[in-house]
Amino acid sequence: MITILLFANLQEEIGTNQLNINLDNKELNVLHIKEWLKKTYHLQSLNQVMIAINECYATDDVVVSDGDTIAFIPPVSGG
Amino acid sequence: MNELLFEIVNTTISIETVINKVLRRDSGAITTFIGTVREFTNGKKTLYLEYQSYETMAIKMFNQIRNEINTKWPDAKIAITHRIGRLEITDLAVVIAVSSPHRKAAYEANKYAIERIKQIVPIWKKEVWEDGTMWIGDQIEINPYLDGRNEGEDTN
Repeated sequence: MITILLFANLQEEIGTNQLNINLDNKELNVLHIKEWLKKTYHLQSLNQVMIAINECYATDDVVVSDGDTIAFIPPVSGG
Repeated sequence: MNELLFEIVNTTISIETVINKVLRRDSGAITTFIGTVREFTNGKKTLYLEYQSYETMAIKMFNQIRNEINTKWPDAKIAITHRIGRLEITDLAVVIAVSSPHRKAAYEANKYAIERIKQIVPIWKKEVWEDGTMWIGDQIEINPYLDGRNEGEDTN
């Protein structure tokens, strides 16, 4: 199982700050997870959204592992 | 020394507390940057802001910024406190203090820190207006999240 964390507009659009999904032994990379979320929740675009795996930014080709925490990071606006 | 150089809080930030974290016998200069909540942006009136963070990762990213600063300005010492939750107009959202033996490094490292915060630290603000709300995103480039080379400007 992996944990997906959602923030800001994504959290409001999807209606929760956390999702848990089972990998069922499938090998999924970051891009696959993005596509899945986009399709499942009818999101318009995730083009500017970065992904962090276990609190480190990761590129689309990184394969996720069981137990990982995958955070969807919309464009940040701190400061 | 156990004081926390990087903090995310949900109450008023004490500027002096942040400054005292970097004050040392070998510092000859301390610069502070204070980000405050602005009422008007391009003529549109903000009622208040809501800040949210991915706290554990945000602290990690503050530490990364510290490491980047240590590479560029080895004598600089930095502390950052960012506030989250509901902030009213004129409230302090972020305070950055940098000390160094001479002023040049303190100025430069402080500016570097706020630019990097706006690129890589997972903190978001929601503008609340009279006629609606919007989560603000400053980034249009993806590269700044992954490396330290892009130092793009923004208006926030």
